[in-house]
Amino acid sequence: MSLFAFLGTLEIGLIYGLVALGVYLTFRVLDFPDLTVDGSFPMGGAVAATAIVAGVNPWLATGFAILAGAACGLVTAFLAVRCGILHLLASILTMIAAFSINIRIMGRPNIALLGENTIFTSIEKFGIDPLYGNLGMVFVIVLLVAFLILRLLSSDFGLALRATGVNDAMVAAQGGSVGYYTYVGLALSNGLVGLAGALFTMSNSFADVTSGVGTIVVGLAAVILGQTLLSGRQLWVAVIAVILGSILYRLAVAFALSTGMFGMQASDLNLITAVLVAAALIVPKMKSKVRAKISRRKTK
Amino acid sequence: MKNIHFFCCALLVLLVSTNIASAKTYKVAVSQIVEHPALDATRQGLLDGLKAKGYEQGENLDFVYQTAQGNPAIAVQIAKQFVGEKPDVLVGIATPTAQALAASTRTIPVVFTAVTDPLGAKLVKSLEHPGANVTGLSDLTPVAQHVDLMQELVPGLKAIGVVYNPGEANGVTLVELLKKAAKAKNIKVVEGSALKSADVQFAARIIASKVQVIYAPTDNTVASAIDALIGVANQAKIPVVGGSTSFVANGAVASLGFDYYQVGVQTADYVDAVLKGKNPGDMAVGFAKGSDLFLNMKVADKLGISISDELLKRASNIIK
Repeated sequence: MSLFAFLGTLEIGLIYGLVALGVYLTFRVLDFPDLTVDGSFPMGGAVAATAIVAGVNPWLATGFAILAGAACGLVTAFLAVRCGILHLLASILTMIAAFSINIRIMGRPNIALLGENTIFTSIEKFGIDPLYGNLGMVFVIVLLVAFLILRLLSSDFGLALRATGVNDAMVAAQGGSVGYYTYVGLALSNGLVGLAGALFTMSNSFADVTSGVGTIVVGLAAVILGQTLLSGRQLWVAVIAVILGSILYRLAVAFALSTGMFGMQASDLNLITAVLVAAALIVPKMKSKVRAKISRRKTK
Repeated sequence: MKNIHFFCCALLVLLVSTNIASAKTYKVAVSQIVEHPALDATRQGLLDGLKAKGYEQGENLDFVYQTAQGNPAIAVQIAKQFVGEKPDVLVGIATPTAQALAASTRTIPVVFTAVTDPLGAKLVKSLEHPGANVTGLSDLTPVAQHVDLMQELVPGLKAIGVVYNPGEANGVTLVELLKKAAKAKNIKVVEGSALKSADVQFAARIIASKVQVIYAPTDNTVASAIDALIGVANQAKIPVVGGSTSFVANGAVASLGFDYYQVGVQTADYVDAVLKGKNPGDMAVGFAKGSDLFLNMKVADKLGISISDELLKRASNIIK
């Protein structure tokens, strides 16, 4: 893999690391399987692109994207908490609705940002090579977000949020509102995904309504991959693990893209990616099994 | 430690050897958004067109190809991968892949093809003088001529049905043109939207009873499910008129448009010019040429549509 491709892979991996963080918040912390991300990711991109083309400051546009993502999360929470729709279905409803809304926001299915100002072009003015500049910028943003999420989860509020996922009856018994924490958790999660969508759009200069397809799959794969390879009970380990998981997933795709020489054809891409991710999940388990066998033999 | 040394040496040898190889051969890297017959034909046409110009795969041409399988995030990763490999030309087939390539490099020439609206996609600043490192071929179909053709096939035409993906830039541009052309002739357009190829059949079923003819645009979603669309239409005894000639073999009554294989062959001209050292910024964006009329008499007979001798004369290919 060339340096350019490697840095690009890291950048996309980090951006999707935000998606993984969002999915971690809903699936793991809140125990709320949330598929809204397939809609909130392109919505972040759509809002950022539309705002930038309309002449809004790119940083402000990114802020709008986060709010739009959070709004998607609130809609899902409303459907689930207030209307009593099963969480999975509630999130699917928001997801499919978001597709139409995204086209409404952009006025068309695809907005190009080539030549427009983005948060990435703002650092190019300082003469930094965009190859490293974009990656550095994304890295700083993801680091900052991870730090904030960590602070939040370790606060009293975060404790209650986590407790909601583990035992909501207990939270209710303590006088906490399960509904309230669901609203906040989903808004937070989808706000992060909206931010990821905005970063993706600005870094790649286009917002496309189809870019949300499979976001949840990538996010879930990243969470599971990261947590399997880097397991630990501390919060900071989990947060780092899911971001690393996202980068690993992208590396698997990049590797699958460069396997043309083994008689693989382009359409095998998804299969190779799946096999690589499966291998990454199975190998550590086999290792521990083998180790257990050996130690059992020794004790005999 | 020894392992690392060995690894580094091996890597170095690999890098050097690929560099030597690329000094003699031209590397053309093709990124395609999704695999379906029309886009695949474009790619094949490009490969064959290059061959006709003396670029032989495996000899002096290294033709690498990846598909994003419909996922723009993967398209971006393919773009990064390709740009890192520093090919001589990057080719983007369809809008999102071309955009991903154009966004990833400002130095390596990018040739796009099968993009309906390159200005709207901001791939080029102007059609005559693209200026930067990007140029290519638009596949904007002659939609106004399609409306004329539908009128000729269905006398007293009042309503045209169209199935397209509102999430796809190509399809949306074409339907806007269709509505404009139809409005000028006082014909109603009934839209059926299909967000994925699995929805095409359903959308066709919904609109079939309201229209006299169904128009199949060169929309990637519709093209992927063209058999489903034509199947429903023929059941409802409604002719399908298409924007790609390949649709006729699938059972459309008539198609006026490009043979996408030929679009690929025409794209080879751009790739060849760039390989010969021409600056993409100086090459005007082209529009795919040669809109051929294909007719399917078998289907026309079945649907009871009489085709005038005048049309038959114009047709360049007739399936009997």
